[in-house]
Amino acid sequence: MSYIKNLFDFLSTPTISFTLLTVSFPFIFPPSDWFDKKNKQWGIYKLWTNKGAFCIFSFITFFFVLGYFDPYFNLTMTKPDNIPIILMIYSMIFVVWLGMKQAYINDERLERGEKPEEWTDPDDKVLVWPDLVYIELIALIIFMVGLIVWSILIGAPLEEPANPASTPNPSKAPWYFLGLQEMLVYFDPWIAGIIFPIFIIVGMMAIPYMDINKKGNGYYSFKERRLGYFIFMYGWFVLWVFLIVVGTFFRGPNWNFFGPFEWWDPHKVVPLTNVNLSEYVWVKLLNKGLPASIFAREAVGFVIVIGYLFVMPLLLAKTKLKSLFEHYGPIRYSTLMLFGLAMFALPIKMYLRWLFNLKYIIAIPEWFFNI
Amino acid sequence: MSEKVIPKASINSESTKDLNRKGFISWLSLGWLAFAGATGGFFTLMIRFMFPNVLFEPPQSFKIGFPDDFTIGKVDIRFKRKHAVWVVRNDEGIYALSTVCTHLGCTPNWLEVEQKYKCPCHGSGFRKTGINFEGPAPRPLERHAIFLASDGQIIVDKTKRFKWEKGEWEIEESFLKI
Repeated sequence: MSYIKNLFDFLSTPTISFTLLTVSFPFIFPPSDWFDKKNKQWGIYKLWTNKGAFCIFSFITFFFVLGYFDPYFNLTMTKPDNIPIILMIYSMIFVVWLGMKQAYINDERLERGEKPEEWTDPDDKVLVWPDLVYIELIALIIFMVGLIVWSILIGAPLEEPANPASTPNPSKAPWYFLGLQEMLVYFDPWIAGIIFPIFIIVGMMAIPYMDINKKGNGYYSFKERRLGYFIFMYGWFVLWVFLIVVGTFFRGPNWNFFGPFEWWDPHKVVPLTNVNLSEYVWVKLLNKGLPASIFAREAVGFVIVIGYLFVMPLLLAKTKLKSLFEHYGPIRYSTLMLFGLAMFALPIKMYLRWLFNLKYIIAIPEWFFNI
Repeated sequence: MSEKVIPKASINSESTKDLNRKGFISWLSLGWLAFAGATGGFFTLMIRFMFPNVLFEPPQSFKIGFPDDFTIGKVDIRFKRKHAVWVVRNDEGIYALSTVCTHLGCTPNWLEVEQKYKCPCHGSGFRKTGINFEGPAPRPLERHAIFLASDGQIIVDKTKRFKWEKGEWEIEESFLKI
């Protein structure tokens, strides 16, 4: 049993769990033909059958049951704040599973030249009155009963009055902001706290304007919009939901990483010494001191950031993504690239931090400008 | 029997008779004056509310004791809860560090074993001097002004802040030489 727990602890180290998720994601939600072939070959699509759901949910339940009887994981799991996260894990996976299951059924139908299920299914259409309103009323009552029972059984996690001089350790944001708090570890507050939230909101509002694929409208389908599916699922499931889970269960005192079955040692020492890119370039590579001029000091960082955000999309539009560029037009293409590259900047920055202890690509603390 | 005389609807003609252009303008000015007076009074009260008569917060500048009260090489956490400063003495003298993390303003903890200040919010770490070395904090902790009073006690003045990245730790007031 302790072997399994150690294995879980090892796997849940964010460097490993995040890598596993990121690498397996294109195989689970294949965005291109090659990944689709591998998906078929390895039978990953079977996840979206009833048996697949049974396997996923038994695995998660096994994990939580194991955790419930573990003295350390029990503490984090049964904390009143964290119970919604357990519910969230189940409900999010269920919703994804349900959507993917119907999408795969439809994909098979479309392949055979039939109309999607929603097209012919009379059971899928109900009258608003009385059918839908009744269903909604019953759902509402059941939900209210559930909430009331929950609030009676588990006390609200109220703590001592706030004191600016003593921050709880660890200090966690409300659960829905834990993904944001995780981003703040890797970025300066003005990016992770202001620019990224704005980009998330504006970017989601812009999806209907950027995604001009007319297929898959009104019915579930994966194959007809697989790239969009993949990008959205990665941004939402890995970069938001998974980071919430990480923040809830894997972050302990002093915001260190802890495995779920590990004791939250407040004196756990993790070497995290961070180095700015300018120090890497000037001190370690060129063996000189940092130049006095801010622009000379951060020149490499500026080149990298401008190259990533502006030059790379231009080059891609001329070469690899030429067809996309012609299909989308310059305005739509550049918007898509800006939002997409900003999104993928998060995992890139996380890996730079984990692999090279890189703190900031551009570091100008004098102006509060760090990227 | 006499027929009831029904008065003709004469409201329109009467009101136009009563309120001519001049009267309208004077009523209008009066109305606006009253409105401006009421809103002005309201906002005056609001602004007054921002400046309470009594402030229940510790003074910004305070005495922390004699230099000999502080051990060389130790971080004194006695003043953290009330005044939000750490007082550190090294071989050369004493300095007062602000306990506000430079990342997002949480209060880090001094970990004696690891010899570092560690923030519980996003994991920023600072050395004993206040220099940031791990986590996302972009710049070192700030120092406060520290000097000796005429009675030999040390005064910490929190209204003055000294930032390392601006070279302000070279300023004499940021460090009390002993």
